[in-house]
Amino acid sequence: MDVVLTPLGPAALRIEVPQSSDAAALAAALREARIDGISDVSGGESVVVVYLNSSMVQSESVQHSVTALLESTDRFECSPAGEQVVEIPVVYDGADLDAVAKHCALSVSDVIARHHAAQYRVAFCGFAPGFGYLTGGDQALAVPRRSRPRTSVPAGSVGLAGVYSGVYPSEGPGGWQIIGRTNSVLFDASLPEPSLLRPGTVVRFVS
Amino acid sequence: MIEVLDPGPLALVEDLGRLGYAHLGVGPSGPADRRSFTLANRLVRNRADAVGIELLLGGFVMLARADLELAVCGTDSDVVVDGRAHGSHTSVIVSEGAEVAIGPPSRGLRNYLAVRGGLAVDAVLGSAATDTMSGLGPAPLRAGDLIALAATAPVGVSVDMAPVDLVGSEISVDLLPGPHREWFGIETDRFVDATQFEVDADSNRIGVRLSGAMQRRDGEIASEPMVRGALQVPPDGNPIALLADFPVTGGYPVYGIVDSGGIDRLAQARPGAGVRFFRRGWEG
Repeated sequence: MDVVLTPLGPAALRIEVPQSSDAAALAAALREARIDGISDVSGGESVVVVYLNSSMVQSESVQHSVTALLESTDRFECSPAGEQVVEIPVVYDGADLDAVAKHCALSVSDVIARHHAAQYRVAFCGFAPGFGYLTGGDQALAVPRRSRPRTSVPAGSVGLAGVYSGVYPSEGPGGWQIIGRTNSVLFDASLPEPSLLRPGTVVRFVS
Repeated sequence: MIEVLDPGPLALVEDLGRLGYAHLGVGPSGPADRRSFTLANRLVRNRADAVGIELLLGGFVMLARADLELAVCGTDSDVVVDGRAHGSHTSVIVSEGAEVAIGPPSRGLRNYLAVRGGLAVDAVLGSAATDTMSGLGPAPLRAGDLIALAATAPVGVSVDMAPVDLVGSEISVDLLPGPHREWFGIETDRFVDATQFEVDADSNRIGVRLSGAMQRRDGEIASEPMVRGALQVPPDGNPIALLADFPVTGGYPVYGIVDSGGIDRLAQARPGAGVRFFRRGWEG
């Protein structure tokens, strides 16, 4: 795969991932390669950032290793086949359910049915520990963020923003349209695997 | 053991941060001014990653429950031991039973208190850093907290005093090129070169908010991973320089990246301070 690596300040490299590849899959491949000098790898919607141990690291040797890995394959794809599906039970009674239905010109029960029916995948995590941006949802449910973010959204709130669904792992400020809630624990730092959702995880919302 | 008698405005346990979890939405955190933090550790012969305390605007008072050696770096605060003032940026020997008060700084915001051997604080995901954004790590210190001392072996090199450049009311920082050039034009570059930005009062460990409206295109970028020092430009044009507790992904275009020395200075900038950016390594 032919991509450009650009420095992102003194201690990170930025990779724009072509449409044909999946940013989460590319980030996972870089993480699993355990390249010397890399402290972390993080993916977004279509960008992957490689964090270097410190600006003292010879970033040229890291760049060389990263480039070699990227060139080793034509494209990076996720492999949902064989992946365990994480089921998240939801009660659909969120404060923005009516507003979402109105915006999408659907009935509330239609919104619930459509949200329920889709199979999702974690495109990337961000915003807060354990917060996964879930893609694969029904296109008819695309909604803007709230014009005024709430100062506090309870843990377990299930929301929509743009093409994404997401679950707030902990209480905090938030601008997503809240349609329901879950009792699932999304993040527990004391567990060996702290996050229920990781980039690539397949998710279904169940009753 | 040390006992916190008064934490002052904000006292946070920090180490060099939480690495390896960005893909789960966990940021690195760590000291806002890394240089002062590592210097404080060096002065007491600790490894750079020993656990210490970040103090906001002094006012911290503690009781030494053992003989200890400590150092305070970052601002010009006095280190007052049983009523006797010592300087900052030097190591101070304290006897068991002594009361240590960190005075208010005349310049700068944040002090780092390092104790010989480091502090023994439980790690969360491999780090004892308090992340004010995610809530991970120890809670802010309160009066009555007892903190055990770790016994990490000293490193060889010893310095007993460090010359420092304290941050004043006008700050210069180097700015490296950012990833979203197409969101900004040459007019924005000229504006940045000519403008003294001002630090806003609602700045914190997540970001230093600056006044000075930069021109940018309308819209949002697809969320992408951020770095410490990223100069994000929200729709109103007033930039935000991300500090230690930055959110790992963001949706505002990034004009430039503040270099590491610049981040340390911004972390010491008081509200109202003037900030000038010097673009380094930009084409054209």
